[in-house]
This record gives sequence, C-alpha cells and structure tokens, in this order.
Amino acid sequence: MRSDPRTARSVRPAAEHVVASLDETPLQAVDAVDTTTAPRSMWSEAWHSLIRNPVFLISAALIVVILFIAAFPGLLTNQDPNYAKITQANQPPSAEHPFGTTRLGYDVLARVLYGTRTSVMVGFFTMLLATLIGGVVGALAGYVGGIFDAVLSRITDIFFAIPLILGAIVIANRVDALNVWIVILVLGVFGWTNIARIMRGSVISVKNEDFVTASTALGANPVTNLVKHVVPNAIAPVIVTATVNLGVYIVAEATLSFLGLGLPSSSVSWGGDISDARPALRTQPMMLFYPSMALAITVLSFIMLGDAVRDALDPKARKR
Amino acid sequence: MMASTNDTATNEPLLEISDLEITFATTNGPVRAVRGANLSVYPGETVAIVGESGSGKSTTAMSIARLLPENGKVTGGSIRFGGKDITSVPTREILALRGNEIGLVPQDPMSNLNPMWKVGTQIKEALTANGMARGAKARSRAVELLEEAGLPDASRRANQYPHEFSGGMKQRALIAMGLAARPRLLIADEPTSALDVTVQQQILDHLDTLTADLGVAVLLITHDLGLAAERAQHLVVMYKGQIVESGPAIDLLQNPQHPYTQRLISAAPSLASRRLVSGTKRAEVREHAHEHLQPAESAGDRTAPEFGDAEANLDAVIQVQELTKEFPIRGAVPWKSMPFTAVDHVSFEIERGTTTAIVGESGSGKSTVAQMVLKLLQPTSGRVLFEGKDVTTYRGKELKDLRRRVQPIFQNPYGTLDPMYSIYSTIEEPLRLHGIGDAKSREAKVRDLLDKVALPAEMMRRYPNELSGGQRQRIAIARALALDPEVVICDEAVSALDVLVQAQVLELLNDLQGELGLSYLFITHDLAVVRQIADRTLVMEKGKVVEQGTTDEVFHSPQQDYTKRLLAAIPGGAIPLAGSETIDVQAPPVADEDDPMPTDGPSQTDGPVDPFSRAERA
Repeated sequence: MRSDPRTARSVRPAAEHVVASLDETPLQAVDAVDTTTAPRSMWSEAWHSLIRNPVFLISAALIVVILFIAAFPGLLTNQDPNYAKITQANQPPSAEHPFGTTRLGYDVLARVLYGTRTSVMVGFFTMLLATLIGGVVGALAGYVGGIFDAVLSRITDIFFAIPLILGAIVIANRVDALNVWIVILVLGVFGWTNIARIMRGSVISVKNEDFVTASTALGANPVTNLVKHVVPNAIAPVIVTATVNLGVYIVAEATLSFLGLGLPSSSVSWGGDISDARPALRTQPMMLFYPSMALAITVLSFIMLGDAVRDALDPKARKR
Repeated sequence: MMASTNDTATNEPLLEISDLEITFATTNGPVRAVRGANLSVYPGETVAIVGESGSGKSTTAMSIARLLPENGKVTGGSIRFGGKDITSVPTREILALRGNEIGLVPQDPMSNLNPMWKVGTQIKEALTANGMARGAKARSRAVELLEEAGLPDASRRANQYPHEFSGGMKQRALIAMGLAARPRLLIADEPTSALDVTVQQQILDHLDTLTADLGVAVLLITHDLGLAAERAQHLVVMYKGQIVESGPAIDLLQNPQHPYTQRLISAAPSLASRRLVSGTKRAEVREHAHEHLQPAESAGDRTAPEFGDAEANLDAVIQVQELTKEFPIRGAVPWKSMPFTAVDHVSFEIERGTTTAIVGESGSGKSTVAQMVLKLLQPTSGRVLFEGKDVTTYRGKELKDLRRRVQPIFQNPYGTLDPMYSIYSTIEEPLRLHGIGDAKSREAKVRDLLDKVALPAEMMRRYPNELSGGQRQRIAIARALALDPEVVICDEAVSALDVLVQAQVLELLNDLQGELGLSYLFITHDLAVVRQIADRTLVMEKGKVVEQGTTDEVFHSPQQDYTKRLLAAIPGGAIPLAGSETIDVQAPPVADEDDPMPTDGPSQTDGPVDPFSRAERA
C-alpha cells in the first residue's frame, strides 16, 4: 500500500459504489460456443476473402480468357498461323486479317492467339516442375536440418548463382531438336531455387509449432508429421511465389525465343514474333505491339493473381 | 498549455470519462468496443480497470491519450482531463499532453524498447521530446530517472542496450520513461503481466512508492482482480465493453453486487484458493484407479503391455530419478561451448490418480522436465520410469504404446491445434495414428470426447480459427484423452486463458481426473493454480527442486525462503474474503531480486543466461 505521500491529494467526494443493471449487460455463459455461423476452414476463409478482392476478380477473368484462347485458338480465327502468303505481306488490318499481316504474310491475330498456347504451356508446366523440385528440396532441407540442410542449401545456392536465362541459353544452345518440353525442362531445372528457399524457411517455422510437437507426442512418426502437418501449413507462401513465377517463366520463354535460342520457328511464340517484328519497328509498329501486349497482359494477370492470393493467405491480414 | 501544478485544493477529478462510446470499423461492420463508460480518476489516486480480454479495458485507457488503432474512433461521450474536454481538441494539443501530462507504461516490456538504441538514449529522447532537458543535461537526468526507477548502477545501465536487460529491468526503464516528464496521470496497461510474480511484486511496490511520492495518479489496467484490489483504491470492472461495477477496492471485493463481479471473484485463483475436490473423494478416486489397474490392462481392446518390473512400485505411475539436462551454450569462442544445466538432479514420483505440480519462475527448468518425461528431449543423465521401466529404452511399438498412455496438453491454445484440421480430424488423429476402430466407431468416440469436455457435437465440423482460447484448450484436452491415457502432462495448460475460462478448464481437468482416474503432471508458474489442482507440489529454482511436499505442507509451512517469497508475491493473497483461506506468508528480506547482473555474473534469477552479453563482458 501507499506510504505517506508528500503531496497532498484530493479524495473522492464519496466512496461511491456503482452497479450497472443486469438488463444493460446480460451475463452470458462463460466461453459460450457460437453455433450460428457456418464452419469455415482456412482455405474456405481465404476463398471468401479472394472473391471479394477486385484484383483477384480482374486477374481471374483475364486468366479464364487466356486459358480459353490457349485451349481453343481456332475458335477465334480461321487463319493458319503457320501459313505465310508472301503476296499478302505487310497488309493493314482488314476483315480477313483484323490485326493485319507480317512482312512474310503471316496473319498477326492468328499468331497472337496460337502463341498463347505455347506461352501458357511453358509457364504452367515449368511452374509445376520448379515447384516440385523446389518444394521437395526445400521441405527436406528445412525439416531434416543439420548437415543435410547445409548440403542441400549450398546446392540451391549454386543453382541460384546461375541466372535463369543464362543457364537456359547455355543448355538450349547444346540441344539440337528443341521443343516445348525441353524448354520447360531447362527452365524448370534453373528456376526452382527461390521456391526451395521459401519452402525451407516456411517449413522451419512450422516444424517448431506446438501442434507438430503434439502430433509427435500422440505417436506420429516424422514422415507423417512432415506430410500431414508441416507441408500443408507451409505451402501457402509457396503457392503465392509459384503463381508469380508462372509469369516469370513465360517471360523467360519469350526471351529465349526472342534471342532465337528458344523454340524453332515452326512453333508459334510471342518472343519469336517480337523478334521478327523488330526490323519493321518504324514502318509497322503494330506488328510488335500485338504480341508484346499479349505477353504483358498474360504476365500481369498471373502476377496480379499471385498478389491477390498472397493477400488472402496472409494470416496477419485475416481476423482471428 | 496546461498548468502543471497539482489541483490539490479542489476536489475536482483529474480525469473524468463520461458516457464514452468507442467504435471500431471492421470488415463485419462497426463494432462497439466501449459502451457508455463512466469513470473518474482523482489526483494522486490509483484506479484499476479489471476485465477479461476483449472487455474494452485497454481501449478505454488508450482513448485518453488518443492512442486507439486506426480503425477505432470515439463516437460519443466525453473525456475531460484536468477540467478540460479533450475529446475533440486538435491533435497538436493531445501531443502536448502525451508524456508531459499523461505518461504511459506499455504492456510488453520485451517489444517496447528499440533494440538498436541504448536505454539511456531512449529515455533522453523522451525528455527532449517533452522539452524537459537537452544534451548533457538530458543525459544526466536520464541516469537520475533510471536510478529513481530502481535500477542499481544506473549510469552504467544507461549505456547498455535493451537485450542486456532482463524483463523486469526493461519494465523499470519503461516506467522511468513514462514518468520522465512528471505527468499527472500514469496509464499502466498490464505493466507486469509478462513478468514473474516475484519481479511483478517488486516492480509494483516500486511503482506504488514512486507515484505516491510524486503525487501521480495511476490508471492501472489489469486482468488480475487480486492484483487490482491490492494496488488500487478504486476498482472499475468492465465486461463486454461496459462498466458493470465500480467502487472502493475492498468494498467491491467483499460485497460484489453485479453477478459478473461475483463470478470473477469466485474464479480468481489467487482469491479463492482451495483444492477443488475434498480429500476423501480423491482417496476414493485413487482406490478406484488401483482396482482398475490389473483387469484393465489385459481386458478390452488394448494389447497387453509387457512391462518387466511393473510391480516394483505400482503406486507410482511415473518416477523421475536424478534427472539432469545440460544444454551447450555459446562460449567466448565458437569451439568452446560451455554446458548450461537447465535441470539439475531432479527426482520425484507421480502417484496414480493424483496431481503433481511443478512450480517455478521462467528459466527454472520446469518445462524441460516435462519434455523429458514426454520423451521429446533426451536427458543428459538420470532416468524417467514409466511403470518401472526407463522411457529412454522404449522403441518402435513399445514407444508408440507409451505415446498412447502418456499425453501432453500444451500452453499456447493458438499453437497446439493444426489450423488446417477440422476439430473432427484433430480429435480423430490419435485414433487414426494408432489404428483404433473404424470410421464409424471413431466418430462415436469423437462425439463422446466432445461431450466430455462440454462442447456440442456440431463443433466437429469447425476449424480452430473459429474458436476461443478456452475452447481450443478444451479441444486439446479432448485430443489428449482420445487414447484413454493414464498420465497427462499439462505444460502451463491454463496460463494463457482468462480467469473465468481458466477456472472452467481447471474444473474440467479435475472432473476428468475423478471420472477416468488420470494422473497429472502440472507444470505452471502460477502458485494459486497449484493450490486449486495439485496434491503434491515441487518448487523449482534454477533447475533444482528446492522444496517438495504435499500442497498443504508447501502452502502452510513453506521451508525455503524461495518458496516463501513466491507465496508472498501472489497478488491479493492476503485480502480477507468470505469462504477462502488467505495466504499470509511473510516474505523473507532479500536483496533486489530483479537485478540479474549485480556485478559481473550472468543472470541469476531472471530467465535464461544470455550468452551474448556474457561474452561481451568477458
């Protein structure tokens, strides 16, 4: 209690004891269970916040259109993208060729539409491959730890030190019969490192959570723990990065094709078309504009989707 | 600018809050966090706001200095400070009030000091910001203030960084900062809830003397009714955003009018401390457990365990012998690590069907003991015997069986459940892991378990993020009971919960013990809780057991000074209340408990040794 105060202090006029009436604040049962709302898992809650996010709605709509074009490019044009009619070269937009034709007489619209398939395929499968390699390496390194982690992390660092494009150029130069799958393999082999790093960090933070210890104490073995508790809880940031990476891989493929090191000219690719349109940049800028625009919209959609997913999965952004 | 003289002549309240309404804008629409709050603080007086988490107590206090989060707004009523309405004055005037007239001691001392700056510099900053002093004068004043806050060797301390301070010392530095400009009102928001009881007592004692000497009024925010009653003249009880009762501390405690206050008082462990079930009934429970022991082992769906010398001591389900754990800590050079003994030759037994509690302050090694008993950590030396057999020798199938029979309940209700798993999968997981029953019988079991922990079966389809802390802890208990264990290790299982919920969970644990004949090892820092639940008590200090005996022995005739100090530090323990025993232990005189590095040695009392600072000074 207080020892004699040096400063005099004023006292309450009266020691009033005020009680609120029960009607104002009705007493509830201790720790009552709310049974009115529908149950929500973390994923369903993330989904609820996603569909209220305009960024997600816009990017999702764009991606649906892009996927549709990639699946059925023939529905939107009756021109063959690989048919060059030199007599119709350098034509301005017309009913037959809405975007005009190139120097060699290719239909620009058809090439942009068919190019979507190549880009989306390379982006999607590279993302799968890179996430698979990176996810497994990162999860094992983070979960096992010790020397194993040190070795795997250094291997990751070695791959990280090689720029994606540079590595791909070197490998692509050595392969004669380049096709879409080889490009995917090459990009996947050099593009998994950031996924591995994110997975490793995420796994390390999750593996020390109480629920993992609790599961061990319940009799779960380490593998069960990793597969059933650690990975499902560590996967969210990987999903976000993988979505953003998808755009990066599309750009990488376009870059390779632009440099002439990617897909052969028989397969339609935006990168190759951009490269082909370069000499006529001053006379026919639109030839460059259409494939560039398609590339930009596609990459932007995936990056926006990644951002929206990040917002939805960020536990700090969600109310408890 | 306000007059800084004390209005000692008049009987005007220093702070007067009337009909205060605070609303938060959330994604689910506006939430009224505080509704029609009325309270006043007179000069030099200590007023405490008591309530559970989410009751609006901190929100009310923070609104005074306009420190509400961005989405919070005062939507009605008025706040008058020193006779002036400050509810809607420009921010400039509020800035002038902060520090100068209204000081603040925040809740978490660990995160409220900037780790990049020296402590002295941070206090100097507070002085300069309030125009109290500049340059060298501010520096010497900062040292004076630290000295005044009870830090020995203040001039050296002022040159140290926050990581070199213990929790208690940081809180002292924050008090020094709060009082730097000699405010007329000090808002202390749970100033000691992150600290050990003995440190808490010293800090509050010092705060009391200091504010009395300076004539500063204190608005104390706390969840601990006992602490509030001991420190404040006037109590304000908040519940769901409203003030349900307010009055003089002792009067309110002895004569509570509102049912919520009555409920709080009956639940507060420090105030109403008695063993929850009478001794005779517990003896029956134990007998019951003994009878069940032999037939239960061979009957039913269990595989008969083959524990060699099980009859060695049937009574003691767990025996801990000379248990020691050393951790290597970094030395002055990387290749020279030195051992830090976290647990030092600890021995005890848990009798079947009873509760053994281990109490100690942070860093006493009590949780390390629990982890070794659970076989989550390998002891450096010593043995843990489960039914007479050393747990370190358990492998494969045997280990799985041990896991089934010894179950943990952890401290943090927010970390203990996998957020990806529905409640059903969470409780079903142990059954699945051990391959018990089919889908249908498991569901029946889950329903049965939910019923045992008094939760509705509809809860099954929900996810942890939808539940409160207490509900999560009850789910964790249900999960621990799924495999019909014999021993449950509760590591601070109730310390993160509000008092009412805590009382509810303790009662549940106690009922389950009676019903199922469980044995508990209860790890806690809270002596008051021990008194409610434990049959035997061990007191640990710095890795050693300093005292052990029946709970009554330990509470009524403590032998060791350390135990006496712990008992004396229970807030509100000495307040006489109808229907409860008071704890009246005279604390032995000690040197300042909370000075972890009086000369050169590392921390002796307060948390683990910081190898960093030791290396630095060496």
